[in-house]
Amino acid sequence: MPALVLLVVFFFVPVLLGFVLSLTNARLTSPQGPQFVGLDNFTRLFSDPLFWKSLRNTVYFGAVVVPLQSGFALVLALLINARIRGINVYRTVYFLPVVTSIVVVSILWTFMYQRDGLVNHMLQAVSFNLIQGTDWLNNPSTAMPAIIVMSIWQAVGFHMVIWLAGLQTIPGDLYEAAELDGASTWQRFKYVTWPGLRATRSFILVTITIAALSLFAQIKIMTNGGPLDSTSTVVFQSVRAGYEQQQTAYASAISLVFFVLVLTVSLVQRFLLRDKD
Amino acid sequence: MATITTTRDGVPRAASQPTRGRPGRGFGTIGGYLGRTILALFFAFPIIFMFVSSLKPDDQIFADLSSLRAFLPVGDISMDNYKDVFDTVPAWRFLANSIGISVLTVVLGILVNSLAAFALSRMRWRGRGFVLAAIIATLVVPFETFALPLLWWANKLPWLVMQNGQPMWTFGWLDSYQVQIIPFIANAFSIYLYYSYFSTIPKGLDEAARIDGASWFRIYRSIVMPLSGPATATVAILTFLPAWNQFLWPLMAVQSENLRPVMVGVQYFFQLDVAWGAMMAYASLITIPVLALFLSFQRAFIGSIASSGVKG
Repeated sequence: MPALVLLVVFFFVPVLLGFVLSLTNARLTSPQGPQFVGLDNFTRLFSDPLFWKSLRNTVYFGAVVVPLQSGFALVLALLINARIRGINVYRTVYFLPVVTSIVVVSILWTFMYQRDGLVNHMLQAVSFNLIQGTDWLNNPSTAMPAIIVMSIWQAVGFHMVIWLAGLQTIPGDLYEAAELDGASTWQRFKYVTWPGLRATRSFILVTITIAALSLFAQIKIMTNGGPLDSTSTVVFQSVRAGYEQQQTAYASAISLVFFVLVLTVSLVQRFLLRDKD
Repeated sequence: MATITTTRDGVPRAASQPTRGRPGRGFGTIGGYLGRTILALFFAFPIIFMFVSSLKPDDQIFADLSSLRAFLPVGDISMDNYKDVFDTVPAWRFLANSIGISVLTVVLGILVNSLAAFALSRMRWRGRGFVLAAIIATLVVPFETFALPLLWWANKLPWLVMQNGQPMWTFGWLDSYQVQIIPFIANAFSIYLYYSYFSTIPKGLDEAARIDGASWFRIYRSIVMPLSGPATATVAILTFLPAWNQFLWPLMAVQSENLRPVMVGVQYFFQLDVAWGAMMAYASLITIPVLALFLSFQRAFIGSIASSGVKG
């Protein structure tokens, strides 16, 4: 099976190499082969303030994006699940940012987030000049929130479609029965829709979390980790170490910590969302 | 991990036709339209702004920011920014590279992953269950966790080249086309999609063909694959989008300008003095192909995303 060979060479081997190389001094291009150095890379990593800052930024991004994006996506899915004329047009428009590459979206919003950019002009217009705005991406306290808003704008349509597919598996008779029993809109949501979305819910949670923790392209293009490392993330740091500084071993150690982070978070999520019956 | 079920038409199955009483009834009023339209504007305004700005000179882009003209193709409209793009960067080359890389990844991916799924779903062999479990386990590992070891590893891999008519081994895949294609052909998710789709095709069909003396490959080619069009469409879309959007990997693995794909090309515009009009033109240029595909095959696009997350 060619697929099996390819998966071994380009998935299993690199994953295992990540473990092995993190215990060596391997460099991307080096005349000597890698030498075993024990846990040196990890000692160095855990005493590196930039690593802790990157980890904090990554967790911050995830902690804000995961609930906001999944909730907003559900609201959108409920809105386009209505049987009204022209609903497909809304679905298409909400989905447009998803087919726009994150790279394109990042350069576009970099332009919009400038001090004299479109975002500030629009804020002024809707607030009658009360809000003056800031240089969003060059301000350490607004850079990450600005990237969060943009990231949600770009990806929320993807999860809207997944919620929608989940909504459409709920039998219509359940809603009819609830209505006959005099259930309010909120009660119908709480007792029919929400339990019916159980499987979709855990899938959405896990995929948004993994995507959020892997934050890289936006950072690379919009802020390069700045200002003052306020947007540096774990993946960004691993690319800087492994590619720009050619320190494959150190980057493997960072990737390994990232791997453990992703794995722990998804296991905890699956534990919390496990079937209780 | 939720299980994935695609129905025979490639879109997730709705348990029943929508009937009255479904959520959203009662939002179909003027207020409902208004709210939905405001949301639509929220999602559309940056994209409209991008296309409109790509047609304007820089000073007009900035002058128009404070009014609705920012979203209207009015004033000094021209294709000059696009001309600048082709003058300053090898945009045709980037586009050709991305098209070639994406198409090859999609075509080879369809072939390799469907064959693997066929072997897993139709043939009996030792270790089948283990291989299937191993493939599914890879689904939760993001690329970012092994991208850097992969970079080191790709720099060691051998490649056969012809030199003066003689075959010869070289080492190191960095800075090549194959490093942008081959690692992304086999895809656990595509295998899984095909595998679940194949299991909806009755086994009686291929048993009958076996009795008539058809080979496994013949069954794959003449029975199973022709019946799997929707799964192929889903795999094609879900392979094409990330292949076209590749950024992290070619940024690290490809240095030569003439081998780079479109997304890495944006870096050429981030100079000290950014020409925003040209930048917006380049951004529009690399978005148009995907947007055109999406608008022509909307149902398939949305169906393929939906089928990636539904538990049947």
